[in-house]
Amino acid sequence: MALLNDLLNLNLSDHTEKIIAEYIWIGGSGMDMRSKARTISKPVSCPSELPKWNYDGSSTGQAPGEDSEVIIYPQAIFKDPFRGGNNILVMCDCYTPQGEPIPTNKRHNAAKIFSNPEVAAEEPWYGIEQEYTLLQKDVNWPLGWPVGGFPGPQGPYYCAAGADKAFGRDIVDAHYKACLYAGINISGINGEVMPGQWEFQVGPSVGIAAADQLWVARYILERITEKAGVVLSFDPKPIMGDWNGAGAHTNYSTKSMREEGGYEIIKKAIEKLGLRHKEHIAAYGEGNERRLTGRHETADINTFKWGVANRGASIRVGRDTEKEGKGYFEDRRPASNMDPYVVTSMIAETTLL
Amino acid sequence: MALLNDLVNMNLSDHTESFIAEYVWVGGSGMDMRSKARTISKPVSSPSELPKWNYDGSSTGQAPGEDSEVILYPQAIFKDPFRGGNNILVMCDCYTPQGKPIPTNKRNNAAKIFSHPDVVAEVPWFGIEQEYTLLQKDVNWPLGWPVGGYPGPQGPYYCAIGADKAFGRDIVDAHYKACLYAGINISGINGEVMPGQWEFQVGPSVGIEAGDQMWIARYILERITEIAGVVLSFDPKPIPGDWNGAGAHTNYSTKSMREEGGYEVIKKAIEKLGLRHKEHIAAYGEGNERRLTGRHETADINTFKWGVANRGASIRVGRDTEKEGKGYFEDRRPASNMDPYVVTAMITETTLLWKSN
Repeated sequence: MALLNDLLNLNLSDHTEKIIAEYIWIGGSGMDMRSKARTISKPVSCPSELPKWNYDGSSTGQAPGEDSEVIIYPQAIFKDPFRGGNNILVMCDCYTPQGEPIPTNKRHNAAKIFSNPEVAAEEPWYGIEQEYTLLQKDVNWPLGWPVGGFPGPQGPYYCAAGADKAFGRDIVDAHYKACLYAGINISGINGEVMPGQWEFQVGPSVGIAAADQLWVARYILERITEKAGVVLSFDPKPIMGDWNGAGAHTNYSTKSMREEGGYEIIKKAIEKLGLRHKEHIAAYGEGNERRLTGRHETADINTFKWGVANRGASIRVGRDTEKEGKGYFEDRRPASNMDPYVVTSMIAETTLL
Repeated sequence: MALLNDLVNMNLSDHTESFIAEYVWVGGSGMDMRSKARTISKPVSSPSELPKWNYDGSSTGQAPGEDSEVILYPQAIFKDPFRGGNNILVMCDCYTPQGKPIPTNKRNNAAKIFSHPDVVAEVPWFGIEQEYTLLQKDVNWPLGWPVGGYPGPQGPYYCAIGADKAFGRDIVDAHYKACLYAGINISGINGEVMPGQWEFQVGPSVGIEAGDQMWIARYILERITEIAGVVLSFDPKPIPGDWNGAGAHTNYSTKSMREEGGYEVIKKAIEKLGLRHKEHIAAYGEGNERRLTGRHETADINTFKWGVANRGASIRVGRDTEKEGKGYFEDRRPASNMDPYVVTAMITETTLLWKSN
């Protein structure tokens, strides 16, 4: 076991029943992910078998120094692609010692909405398209871009290959397999329009699982960029000017939308979303006004419009859905830095409750 | 799984029945290749079992923004040499939502020609010699050439070895094995006359497969140059002056040509090609006029001539074919940036279906 890597890749299950559980939570900004690990004496089969834990909330802007304990409740388990073996990643949410969700805990409210009988009966499915930008370390300039300058204009980069067109594919491909290994329902990846920008999709997942999976997928991605020496950005408009922003288009359907006559249900749902456009936009990510300009395949932030196959709309309905009279629709408004607990539960709430 | 490479090389089949399918298509310029991946939940044995997919055609110059969906139809499956395991590459072609091939879809018409009964009966074989140039990233100057200058004149580089004569062999060799792994019928490779230029050959393949395999071989090559940090060029005359261009010589035979008396069939076929020289040239690649000068082992673009063992001709017949009275011939006119669907289908159409009256 001479190299560091040999030790990192050690398969402990040959030697002990103990496993390592990496507890993951969302920090004070609502986007910063935090984690720490503990030894568990033997494998578990569900989150409720794992102990609650706590962390120093005053170090993440989530509690005052003189009363700093924040309690983390395990909510979802995934296999750990970094430690392998029986080791796990655990998605958690945060509570006060008295058992109240702290203000940045958006999962708690989402879980309430998803366990409402009317929502549960409709089995809401989500497919989230997470876009992100890779940046060169230290200069924070997009990967592949000349420092102090710009690459040629957008056009050649979308889904492209080649050393002059695709930057960071090994990160993207490592992430794809790592997520599949972890048990995340990752459905695909593609290179995006802006060079150095990529996308992965998680779904279709039901209810609260969609957001749990997306948060852990984001965590895995940041762990991988850490290995690669590259910085991960979820900023919705990382570079000003004639460069695409980054979104988190959220595809959505309910049982009724997926059955005969679903297209009418879809249209009614879109109508309701239109009536609450401002409320949704306020919850769809900070800085979204820099991205939703009406250009670069977005609809202007103050406009609500929907259309079939229309990538310049707030809501897009696919041609298949139109043709078959049932299916799903895509809310293109959420920014890449949205909180999936907030967005998925809000869409469910507006359209079903 | 400490390293990035450990994750990239993970064998998923130990953990799930799901696998990854990389859908590959030709973009709006007719030469840019695009791809994206999706998870498939259980094994498939043929392209028809894979779902159709779609992409944003407004981002590749193939559809307007307000009606941007272009539909991908899976047409051929290959093993994925980058992801390994049960993962696959899928060559696709592009249609409107109404089911019509979009204008840049050259495969659809080729497939029609290749399924014509007269053509099927003749079992057309193709062997395509794809030349290409490797360029240094950022400066876009050929690999191995001094930036701001030129290497010594052509002569020492063809099929050569040595750090001063062969540039980028690891890309070429990686590509060779990757294509064999993928199931592509790659028949050989060699270093070319211009330093930094290489060639690989795919074939003999029957009918539409020649185009499918050549496109995937090109895709695999660009993925490999991406890994190597080198830029791939299919320009037919990357450096003006006394430097060879890059072609895609297309070797061709039909059942009748391969049998007794085939040499006469070959001569008749070449005659037909001569009568449609202008039409073929127009479809044989953009910028070919910079390459087909009559020098550097080409025939002038406006001249049609053929000859045995003649590398300065438009069409070359090998000495073996002449001696045995049967075999195949080589159309040396196509440029490296030709579309193999177009070229293979057109040669077939002119020699088997077109009536010269």
